[in-house]
Amino acid sequence: MNLQPQIMDSIRRSAISVFSTMLGVELGPGEASIEHSTPDAIDGVASFIGVAGAWAGTGSVFCSPDLACRVCNRMLMTDNSEVNEEVLDAVAELTNMIVGSVKNDLEAHVGVLGLSIPTVVFGRNFRTKSAGTTDWVVVRFPWEGETLLVKMCMAAHTGHVEGPDL
Amino acid sequence: MESDVLVVDDSAAIRKILQRVLRQTGMSIRTILEAGDGLEALNVLKAQKVDLILSDINMPKMDGLQLLASLKASPQLRHIPVIMITTEGGATKVGEAVRLGASGYVRKPFTADEIKEKLAGILEPVRPL
Repeated sequence: MNLQPQIMDSIRRSAISVFSTMLGVELGPGEASIEHSTPDAIDGVASFIGVAGAWAGTGSVFCSPDLACRVCNRMLMTDNSEVNEEVLDAVAELTNMIVGSVKNDLEAHVGVLGLSIPTVVFGRNFRTKSAGTTDWVVVRFPWEGETLLVKMCMAAHTGHVEGPDL
Repeated sequence: MESDVLVVDDSAAIRKILQRVLRQTGMSIRTILEAGDGLEALNVLKAQKVDLILSDINMPKMDGLQLLASLKASPQLRHIPVIMITTEGGATKVGEAVRLGASGYVRKPFTADEIKEKLAGILEPVRPL
């Protein structure tokens, strides 16, 4: 079963809905692609949530420090100009809502899934690597001159009986 | 009558948003208390009576369903209405919350109107002077 088209559509729908509802921002559909897990080094904020069930994987959000502050300021009506605990918490919650919505959509195809508590990293010149060889579904959302990146990879557990291709 | 509300969520961001949204609902609210997980919520309730609890489901230490079960098992606390506010949309956890006695649930992301709708009938609106 190939879930990538469902994940792509769901990321778009979820991110647009979360931004509209919680930030009052209308995002465009974004640019979607399938990528291998060998990313370039990045500067900024990365947030991750694990997904587990008959299928398992990771959902993540990446953005610049400036964009992370803007997310926080729109979501919490604050005036942060540098990344602090409040900003990291806002990005974590944004990730939780986007990945949580995708998880809810995927449950229709693969059964009940669980979510981990989000983890957020802020730094310079770091790389992220997920164990496994599954490709990532990546959607880049431009917003006010910067890019919010939402990524997700999901794979069936070994031994799981696969259904027909969707 | 002014009401006291307890917001339970491990995300400080969501607690802050709910503080703001609750103040905008037009309901007569005196105090909004906060807890970061179910255990913290039970400790708050030892010291303070509340009229409504808004609780997340996925939290560390004690999650929202465990909190709900503890509340409903307590003769002193079982009467407090609990509204679950969660990213969970699946029938399993939401159904479990309803079975345990939740008064309702709101799915994240939420609007102020969705919260206000759930409060109607539980809290009283502010009376005009």
